[in-house]
Amino acid sequence: MGTVQGYMYPNEMELQWSILIVLYPFITGLVAGAFILASLERVFNVHVVKPTYRLALLTALAFLLVAPLPLQLHLGHPERSFEMYLTPHTTSAMAMFGFVYLWYLMVVLVLEIWLDYRRDLVLAWKASRGIMRAFYVVLTLGSDNISPGALAVDDKFGRFITIIGIPSAFLLHGYVGFIFGSIKANPWWSTPLMPIVFLFSAIVSGIALVMLTYMGLSKLTRRTIDIPCVDTISRYLMYAFIVDFSLELVDLIHRIYEADESFKALDFMVHTRLYTSQIVLQMLVGTVLPIAMLATPQLVQMPAKWRLRIYAVAGCLTLVGIFAMRWNVVIGGQLFSKSFLGYTTYKLQFATREGLGASIALLLLPFAILAALVRLLPPWPDESWKNA
Amino acid sequence: MHRVPHAARAEAVGDAVTETGRREFLLQTGRLLILSGAASAAWDAVVAGEPSRSPNYAVSEHWWAMVIDVEKCIGCGSCVRACKAENNVPLEPYYFRTWVERYIVDPEDPEHPIVDSPNGAYDGFPERSVKRANIKTFFVPKLCNHCSHSPCTQVCPVGATFESPDGVVLIDKERCLGCRYCVQACPYGCRFIDPRTSTADKCTLCYHRLTKGLLPACVEVCPVGARQIGNLKDPNDPMHEYLRTHKVQVLKPQMATGAKNYYNGLDGSVR
Amino acid sequence: MSDRHDRAHLYRVAALFAVGLLLFFVARTFFIPKDFGVYGHYRAGALDDARARPIAYAGQAACVECHSDVGDLRKTSSHAHVSCETCHGPLAKHASGDDPAKPVRPDGRTTCTRCHLKSPSKPAAFPQIALHEHADEGPCIACHTPHAPKL
Repeated sequence: MGTVQGYMYPNEMELQWSILIVLYPFITGLVAGAFILASLERVFNVHVVKPTYRLALLTALAFLLVAPLPLQLHLGHPERSFEMYLTPHTTSAMAMFGFVYLWYLMVVLVLEIWLDYRRDLVLAWKASRGIMRAFYVVLTLGSDNISPGALAVDDKFGRFITIIGIPSAFLLHGYVGFIFGSIKANPWWSTPLMPIVFLFSAIVSGIALVMLTYMGLSKLTRRTIDIPCVDTISRYLMYAFIVDFSLELVDLIHRIYEADESFKALDFMVHTRLYTSQIVLQMLVGTVLPIAMLATPQLVQMPAKWRLRIYAVAGCLTLVGIFAMRWNVVIGGQLFSKSFLGYTTYKLQFATREGLGASIALLLLPFAILAALVRLLPPWPDESWKNA
Repeated sequence: MHRVPHAARAEAVGDAVTETGRREFLLQTGRLLILSGAASAAWDAVVAGEPSRSPNYAVSEHWWAMVIDVEKCIGCGSCVRACKAENNVPLEPYYFRTWVERYIVDPEDPEHPIVDSPNGAYDGFPERSVKRANIKTFFVPKLCNHCSHSPCTQVCPVGATFESPDGVVLIDKERCLGCRYCVQACPYGCRFIDPRTSTADKCTLCYHRLTKGLLPACVEVCPVGARQIGNLKDPNDPMHEYLRTHKVQVLKPQMATGAKNYYNGLDGSVR
Repeated sequence: MSDRHDRAHLYRVAALFAVGLLLFFVARTFFIPKDFGVYGHYRAGALDDARARPIAYAGQAACVECHSDVGDLRKTSSHAHVSCETCHGPLAKHASGDDPAKPVRPDGRTTCTRCHLKSPSKPAAFPQIALHEHADEGPCIACHTPHAPKL
């Protein structure tokens, strides 16, 4: 589909992986990054970011619930996807998806959220009636022990879960990078740096998302934004971004220097078909500009109001940049022929199963889920359950 | 190289039948007079594709490989047409289990060949003149290389594609999810997703024919013998001698895929 | 060490996970095909599925069974090594008698020019003609018998 320039192997002219496969790493990246931000407080004792702790976990959960959907929409036979649980092929990175996903969802995220919210859930149980009461009974597994001893157990176990959650988050998103990085047939993808670059860009995107969600939600519910909290988050965002950018530059310099058989073809592709998304959106607008913006309050004194505005804009640009990075990896890897003699185009449609409409819906859905979660499990640190 | 298949066919009953009455005779009496009863039934089975009634095929006695002789290929596209007919490959828009490429190479600039494959060479190649007399130009048939260290089977998440014990990479149409990972992993571009079944598809070396002692369709119809198939486990197979006496190469050897399609006369400009 | 009562809720979680794991392993025995893993990480039945596909090309030997006159004619011709079905198309159904319809004769020009049209990409030793130098019009079979084409 689309115009072919030069020669492509006949079966290559159509792209195999669409925007849905761009969405999947973007979403799991947000999950991993949001979790890493939450772990900053829990494990590394950066207490100033505590106001965002619960929100980060809920955000991670909302996005994780949506994560399998783009994959299911993309599969030729989604009804057979359970085969990954039955007969996973241990040499395939993709086969670990089902297990890593379930592990992360149940053992890490749900368990950690449950442990942190358990006291509030028990209080909610005692304070409600009828169907809501039954709902909270189920959520607490029928245990109403919120004595200091029980809460201490929760805290200790929760800390332990967060500690194993960090490598789990690395695995959840790192394996996606490996899915691309291990394909020797595709020189745009095949690099040992791929899982690491994916991971750091995930951390960047997750931190930006939680920062924006916190600022946006606070504005919406008319709460004051904790300025030192957001200042610290944006600093960590900047650090992560600098590491991420450095890794991508290392990859770029390495390619240009070694100039192997694929280089000319890839270079041509980046300067033509991938120019807007790679050079403009990913590098300039999506990386250099936000880093510069985030660095400014570190170098120049400015009032909180202006800092918040900078963070908001930089955060949005970051998300655009990281999405562009996923796009450039997935789509870019399919725009050139493995014969290195030709190029094709990606025709993105709107109202098809793998089209832009579905993608937009899939990106909005986690926010809808988050809105529901925020109602059910309020993340605000100053507010414990009303009738406590 | 065997052109005549050691097929599961009946012993011909050596009747002397006159030319004129032959066709009517045959039509009236049917094949039962030419083919003995049991053999006729066997032939039925062969044509109908029922493996249980066809002769024994010992998987462990075979290790299939192909030789493609680039110096012989005339780009007629017979192989492409035969493969599509034999394996019910979609004609639209452009899916191919096998195709033929034409290379036009300036010998002083081998890194920039001009390559084309109009509709996979389904109708052969249109006439094309070359600029100068010292241009090098030739045809290269391409198909699945049935790699022994196949990267496509490595990445399948559910075991829906695999290397058979006799060296043929096959696809289990009932388990394939259509995730397209195998299509991405193949360095040779020989896999595609069949739009009618939403599962992966590719050359099977006509496994349904090999296991009945027939030749793959592309080998059968090649008019110049540019495609040959051999059983490397058979010490008497002429392919052993061919590989010993010819300078053969596989495509993209640096990928270490263990490809079993050996190309004779492969130019360095071939991608 | 915290007392057991304070850890009771964790035991409930553990029980939940244990039940889930058990259900998973039970489900596996039902849903994994019995012939999976016999030869490798795949369903052995897939080999049979691959073998059970219908045949479209009969092969030259099958044609010569009935059409031995043509077979004899071609044995010494320059087309001796060209399979019948290269020009005549897939004929397994015809050979087995399943298809009563008479096979369509290949056209006497494009069938020939596909192979024999002169092209610099074809091996020089292969017989090929430039149409404008040869015979511009009419079917090739007007002068060449396809089964023994050398004049």
